[in-house]
Amino acid sequence: MTPDDQQDTTTLAPDPEPEQRHAATSSERHRSRSLFDWEILRPAMIESVRKLDPRVQVRNPVMFVVEVGAVVTTVAWLIQAFGGESLGGGHQPAWFSFTITVWLWLTVIFANLAEAMAEGRGRAQAASLRAMRSETTAKMRDGGEKPASELTRGDVVVVEAGETIPGDGTVIEGIASVDESAITGESAPVIREAGGDRSAVTGGTKVLSDRIVVEITQEPGGSFLDRMIGLVEGAERRKTPNEIALGILLAAMTLIFMFVVVSLRPFALFANTELSETTLIALLVALIPTTIGALLSAIGIAGMDRLVRRNVLALSGRAVEASGDCDVLLLDKTGTITLGNREATEFIPMPGVSEEELAGAAQMSSLADETPEGRSIVVLAKEKFNIREHDFNGHEPTFVPFTAETRMSGVDYDGTQLRKGAGDAIAEWIATEGGHAPPELRSELDRIGREGGTPLAVARDERVLGVVYLKDIVKEGMKARFDQLRAMGIRTIMVTGDNKLTAAKIAEEAGVDDFLAEATPERKLELIKEQQADGRLIAMTGDGTNDAPALAQADVGVAMNTGTQAAREAGNMVDLDSNPTKLIEIVEVGKQLLITRGALTTFSIANDVAKYFAILPAMFATTWAAGGDNGPLHSLNVMNLGTPESAILSAIIFNALIIPLLIPLSLRGVRYRAIGATALLRRNLLIYGLGGLIVPFVGIKLIDLVVHNLLGA
Amino acid sequence: MVQGYVQIAIFVVVLVALVKPLGIYLARVLNNERVFLTPVFGPIERGAYRLLRVKPEAEGQDWKQYARSLVIFSLLFWILLYLILRTQGIQPFNPEGFHSGPWDLSFNTTSSFITNTNWQYYGGETTLTYFAQMAGLAVQNFVSAAVGIAVLAALIRGIVSRSGKSLGNFWHDLVRILLYVLLPISIVGALFLVSQGVIQNLSHATVIHTLSGGTQILAQGPVASQEVIKELGTNGGGFFNVNSSYPFENPSGLTNFVEMLLILVIPAALTYTYGRMVGSQRQGWAIFSAMFVLFIIGVVVVYIAEQHGSPAQHAAGLHTAAFDGSTGGNMEGKDQRFGIANTSLWTAITTVTSCGAVNGAFESLTGIGGAVPFANLGFSEVVFGGVGAGLYGMLLYVLLAVFIGGLMVGRTPEYLGKKIGAREIKLVSLGVLFTPLAVLLSAGAASATELGKRSLYAGINPTGFSENLYAYMSQANNNGSAWAGYTGFIQPHPPGNVGAFGITFADLLGGFVLITARFAPILFVLAVAGALAGKRVSPAGLGTMRTDNPTFVFLLIGIVILVGALTFFPAILLGPISNGLTGRLF
Repeated sequence: MTPDDQQDTTTLAPDPEPEQRHAATSSERHRSRSLFDWEILRPAMIESVRKLDPRVQVRNPVMFVVEVGAVVTTVAWLIQAFGGESLGGGHQPAWFSFTITVWLWLTVIFANLAEAMAEGRGRAQAASLRAMRSETTAKMRDGGEKPASELTRGDVVVVEAGETIPGDGTVIEGIASVDESAITGESAPVIREAGGDRSAVTGGTKVLSDRIVVEITQEPGGSFLDRMIGLVEGAERRKTPNEIALGILLAAMTLIFMFVVVSLRPFALFANTELSETTLIALLVALIPTTIGALLSAIGIAGMDRLVRRNVLALSGRAVEASGDCDVLLLDKTGTITLGNREATEFIPMPGVSEEELAGAAQMSSLADETPEGRSIVVLAKEKFNIREHDFNGHEPTFVPFTAETRMSGVDYDGTQLRKGAGDAIAEWIATEGGHAPPELRSELDRIGREGGTPLAVARDERVLGVVYLKDIVKEGMKARFDQLRAMGIRTIMVTGDNKLTAAKIAEEAGVDDFLAEATPERKLELIKEQQADGRLIAMTGDGTNDAPALAQADVGVAMNTGTQAAREAGNMVDLDSNPTKLIEIVEVGKQLLITRGALTTFSIANDVAKYFAILPAMFATTWAAGGDNGPLHSLNVMNLGTPESAILSAIIFNALIIPLLIPLSLRGVRYRAIGATALLRRNLLIYGLGGLIVPFVGIKLIDLVVHNLLGA
Repeated sequence: MVQGYVQIAIFVVVLVALVKPLGIYLARVLNNERVFLTPVFGPIERGAYRLLRVKPEAEGQDWKQYARSLVIFSLLFWILLYLILRTQGIQPFNPEGFHSGPWDLSFNTTSSFITNTNWQYYGGETTLTYFAQMAGLAVQNFVSAAVGIAVLAALIRGIVSRSGKSLGNFWHDLVRILLYVLLPISIVGALFLVSQGVIQNLSHATVIHTLSGGTQILAQGPVASQEVIKELGTNGGGFFNVNSSYPFENPSGLTNFVEMLLILVIPAALTYTYGRMVGSQRQGWAIFSAMFVLFIIGVVVVYIAEQHGSPAQHAAGLHTAAFDGSTGGNMEGKDQRFGIANTSLWTAITTVTSCGAVNGAFESLTGIGGAVPFANLGFSEVVFGGVGAGLYGMLLYVLLAVFIGGLMVGRTPEYLGKKIGAREIKLVSLGVLFTPLAVLLSAGAASATELGKRSLYAGINPTGFSENLYAYMSQANNNGSAWAGYTGFIQPHPPGNVGAFGITFADLLGGFVLITARFAPILFVLAVAGALAGKRVSPAGLGTMRTDNPTFVFLLIGIVILVGALTFFPAILLGPISNGLTGRLF
C-alpha cells in the first residue's frame, strides 16, 4: 500500500481556508489530497482553456490534430448556421455539426485538464515548499549580511540556534541539531556536524541548538528547494527517452490515420457516398490515439510527483525511468538490510565465571559507552539479570573511552580495571597485565565469527570473564522484500565491510542474491563496472564522500540527504528521508510510469475497433444500396445504434469522456505487481487490451441509448 | 470438405517438416559456413568475388555501405532490364516477331520485376520474346529474391552484433544466396516440372484443331526454367497470362502441390534460420507460430467461404451444396483439376507470401473469401511474406510489439537484450507505415480520377472498387497478383504486341509505387539494423519481457492484425466485404 493508494481512496474532503493554506507546512504537504480537490480543479479548469493556445497544443501532435479538426468543424457548423450546406456534402443537420464540434473542443479541453491537474497537484506542493523559502538574511562569517537569494558558491555563513539555514551547504565548523521537517516531513531533529558524513545542510531548514558555520555550495536559484519546486511544477520537465519514443509512435499512428481518413473521401466518392468534413474529422479523432495522447504528459508529471511525495528528489526524469530498468541493487548491509547496529544477544562466561558476573562486568564497562552496541549490552543485562545502576562501591569511576589504538573501552574504579573489546585486543591486554587468556576464549571467538556474529571479550584486571555475543539483526520483512525483488527480476547484492564469513551468514539470513565482503570504495566501484560490462543497470544508495565515485558510476545513484555534499552531487537522486530501502520504492515508481504509458497506449489502440464498428456502418449505411434501401454495410451496425448521427456522436462522446475518466488512473499510475514480466504482460494485455476492445462497445451503446432515445437524435 | 481439409493438412505437415532442415541449411549459407554444395559451387563463388573485386571476408559493410551496394546493384539491373524490354525487335529467340510495348509499360514491368513483385500489365505469351523472358525476367526473379534474403541477413546480423557496425557484405550475401540456395533448388525443380509435363522449348506457337472442330493456338516457350524461380523466389510473374492455372505451367495436382511448397518453403524456413542465427531456436519458432496462426486462419476462411458460395449465388437459387460428383461451392474462376481446397490454399499461400502467382481467378472469389487476400496484403505481407522481405517486415512488427509490451512490464523495451529507443521506434514506424501509406495514397488517387477509373474492368461497383484497391495493394506490397481485370485494355499497342495492356497513368503510378514501397522499407530496415548493431546487450531476467513464449506470440498477432485492420478496414469494407454482405451481383 503506497501513500498514493491511500490518498485516492479519500473522499472529497472539505478544504481548509485559503489563508490556512498559505502558511502551508510540510505536514500539510504530506497530507493526502483528493484527486478532484476543488482547490486544484478550479485553476486547472481555467488553465485547460488557456492551454487551447495552438502554440501550446503543437507540442502534442495528437491533440494538435484534434484541435485543428475542431476548428474545421466549427467553420463547417458556422456555414450551416448561416444557411449553407454541410461542408463536403452529406446533408447533415446543423445540430449534428454543432454537437460534434462541442465534443471535439471538449476532447482538447479534457486533455488539457489532465495536464493542468497533474501540474496543479505539483504546484500545490511547490507552494508549500515556496512558503518556507521566505526571504532570510544570511550572516556572513567575515561580517556583514547578504540576502539568502544572493548567496553564491563558496560564501561562508554563520547560523545560530533558532535561525534558518539560508542555503544548501556543508558544515565546516561546529555541530548543531537541525529541524529538517520542512524538507523531509520528519519532526525529529537531526545532528549536523563538520567533517564526516553528516556535514550537508539544506537551505530552508532550521538550526535548533548550537552554532554552525556553513560553506554554501549552491549557486543562486539552484538550491534544493528551487530544484524541487521546479520539478514538481513541471517547469523543468524534459521528456524522458521512453516518452520521446512513445511520442514518435503516437505521431506515426496519427499520421497513418490521417491518410486513412484522407483516402476515405475518394474511396467513398467512388462508391457514390458523400461524407461531410465533420463526419470525416469525427472518424479521424476517434481513430487517433487521443486517450494516451491526452494523458501522456500528465502521466510523466504525476510520476515525478509520486517520487517527491515519497521524499525523493530525482534530478532528472531519465533517472526515474532508469530506476525501473535496474537489474541489480547494491544495498549497504548496515542500516539497510540489518538494523543499523549490532545487538548483544548472549553472555558467554569463561569457566569459573557465572553468567551474571559477566553480565555485571559487561554492563559496568558499557555504562559510558554511548554506541548502540554498548547500550544494547546494558539493555541485555537489565533484561536478563535485572542489573540496573552500579554504585562502584562509592568510588568515583574513571571511564576509559574507545580508541582506535587500544580497540577497547572500559572503566577503572577502586583499583579495578574493567575492559571490553575485540578478542585479540583483550588477549593482548591481559598478557601485558600478566594474565593469560583461557583456551576457551579462542574457541568461542572463532565460533561466533563463524556464525556471522561479532564477539566482544570482557576482562577484569588480568582475568578474562567471558564473551558478549553481538549479532547483526536482519530487519523484519527484508527477506520477503528481496523475494519480491527477485520476482521483479532484480538481483540484490549486499555490500559490507565485514569479512566473508560474516557476510555470507548474513546474506543467507537476509536472502540476498550475492554479497560483496570486505568492501572498500574501490571494490564497490569495480563491482559496479563489472556488472555494467555485462549489460546490467545498477542502482545503489550511498551517503559518504567515499561513495561518490560509485554513486556517479551507478546508473541510478540515490544519495542520502544526511550524506555529504559530494555524495549528493554524485548521485542522480536524493532521498530526503535518508532511508536506504527507499530504493525499492523508487524502482516501483519507475516501473509504474512505463506500465501506465504502455497500458493506456494499448487501451487507446484497442478502442479503435469498436469505434470503427460504430462509425463506419453509419457512414456507409446506404452505400451500394439498390434504390433507397440500406446498403450491405448497414448490417455491420452490430451495436444496433439508433441513427447514423447518434452513432457517430456516441463514438465521439465516448472518446472524449474516457479522458477525464482515466485521469485518476494516469495520476495514480497502474499498480505494479511483482509477478514477473510474463505474468504482468498477460495481466495487462487482458485488462487494457481485451478491456480496451470490450469497454467502448458497451460505452458507445450506452451513450447511444441516451443520445438517441432521450434526446431524440 | 473433409477431403479438402486432409489435403490442406498434408501440405501443412510437409511444409513444417521442411522448416528445420532447410532453415539449418540457409543459416549455414548466410553464416558463410561450408555446405555440401561447396565443392561444386566453391570455384564459381570465388570467381564471382574476383570478378566483383570484393574480398567479402575482409570487407564488412555498415548499414550505409550495405544499402549503397544494394541500391547501385538494383539500379544497374533496372537499366539492364529496361533496355532488354525496349529492344525486343532486334532480339534472338523471338519466333512470334514481337516488338516492344509502350515505354511506360516497360517502365512498369521493369520496376515490377526489379522489386520482386511481378505485377504484369501484359500477357507474357503475346508480348515478350523468349530472350526477354529468359535473360530479362528470369534473371530478375533470381536476383530480386536474393536481395530480399540479403536484407534479412543484414538485419539479423544487426540484431545479433555485439561489437562493431558491420552487417556483413552485400555482394558476398548475394553470391552465396544465388549459388547455394536459389540456383540448385531451381535446377532440380525445373527438371522435376519438365518430367511432369511443363514445357521447356524455344518453338513457335502451335496451332491445333480441337475436338469440337475449332482451332486453338498453343503458346510455347522456356516455361519450366522460369516457373520454379517464379515460386521459389516468391516472384509470381507467370510465363503465361493466366499464370499457374495454365496446364503448361501447372499440369497436375502433384505439380500444384510442389509449386505451393516452393512458394512457402523459404519464407517459412527462414524463421528457423533466424532462431539459429540469434542463438535461440525458440525465438524463431515464436515468429513462425505467429505467422502460422495467421496463415491457417486465412486458409480456413477462404476455404469455408468458397465452399459455402456467395450470397449472390444463394440469392439466385444456385445449388451450392456438395453432392455426388460435385464439390459444390463457388467453382467460378477455379480449375477443375485443383478444386476448391487447393485453390483456397494456393490463394492464401500466394497472398501471405508476396508471390502473387495464382492458380485461379481472385476476382471470382466470394466476398468473404476475397477479403482474405486483401487482409493478407493489409498486413504488409509479413505472414511468411516474400523471401527475406516477409521476415524482415515481421521483425519490424516484432520491435513494435516489443515496444508496447515492454512498456507494459515496466522496463525500457528491449529485444534480445538490446534497448529499443526513440531512433529505433522512428525507423520502425516509418518502415511499418510506409507501405500502407503508399497504398492509401495511390489507390485513393486512382479511384478519384477518371484516368484511374479507365483501368477498371468491372465498373463502378464493389468489384470495381476491389480491382482498383487490390492493384495498388498488390504493387505496394510487391505481391503481383491482380483482381483480374484491372488493366484497361486500351493501351495503344504497336503492331505485333497485342498483349501490352495497361494505360500510361496506371503504368507510371504503379511503377512509382512499386519502387518506393520496395526500397524505402529496405532502407529503413537496414537503418534499424545499423541502429541495433553494436548496441550493448543486457542479460535477460525475470523482469525482462520474453519474446519466445505464447503471450508474446499472442501480442504479436494482435499488433499485426490491429495495424493492418485499422489501416485498411474502411477500404476493405467498400470492396470485398460489401460483396460478401449482399445478394446483389456486381
